[in-house]
Amino acid sequence: MTAFSPSDPVPKSNAVHTGSALLTNDVGLHARPSVKLTQLAKRFGAHIEFARATTGPWVDAKSPVKVMRFKAAKGEMLHFRARGSDAAEALAAIVSLVERGFATEHEESSEPPQG
Amino acid sequence: MNVANVGIVIVSHSPKIAEGAADMVRQMVGDSVPLAWTGGNSEGGLGTDVASIIEAIGRAWSDAGVAVLVDLGGAETNSEMAIDMLEAGRRERVVVCEAPVVEGAVMAATEASGGATLDAVRRTAEELSPT
Repeated sequence: MTAFSPSDPVPKSNAVHTGSALLTNDVGLHARPSVKLTQLAKRFGAHIEFARATTGPWVDAKSPVKVMRFKAAKGEMLHFRARGSDAAEALAAIVSLVERGFATEHEESSEPPQG
Repeated sequence: MNVANVGIVIVSHSPKIAEGAADMVRQMVGDSVPLAWTGGNSEGGLGTDVASIIEAIGRAWSDAGVAVLVDLGGAETNSEMAIDMLEAGRRERVVVCEAPVVEGAVMAATEASGGATLDAVRRTAEELSPT
């Protein structure tokens, strides 16, 4: 159904990595999913973009406002591309987030609240 | 709470709006950003109060700075007055964002949660404005 496919089987550190994932959650890329996607992208140093088609237009995954304005619906395919030393890791994490319908994993994101 | 992240203060004439916007930030963005809200005047009516805004800035304080989201007129002027009354060393690190209060708070907090600078947080909030 969805695929994470590195563009190059033996990527160089500066190579562009690509992947795609189908939006399966009911609301699509709405408010909360947008915030989660942006926050996840910001954890990586890589430059990360996404689009509805592999030809673009590409949107910066780290821009909260641009991601929120994207408004992709359930059933749409999102294409991702990333460049940078942690690009492969970033793509895998983001594709996984979309594939599991933006459900929060038992990630380290849930720090104990302090006040 | 990551104190290195920029803090967010929400100032509305209505305490319900301010609290509701803060709820949205907490639910959507999480706990990694210092956050405080204030709304209503000292008599409990609609309005804003300089002393309460100063307190809210204190509650959301971060050494990385604080971004203030306001609704209309007095909320903005009172927030600016509150910033002017902060001690030197703090007042330079607080900005009022030209952005819609609810959407701006969520966008600013999202940017702040990634460790962005105060300037980047403000720019993200202000990206929402039409001009």
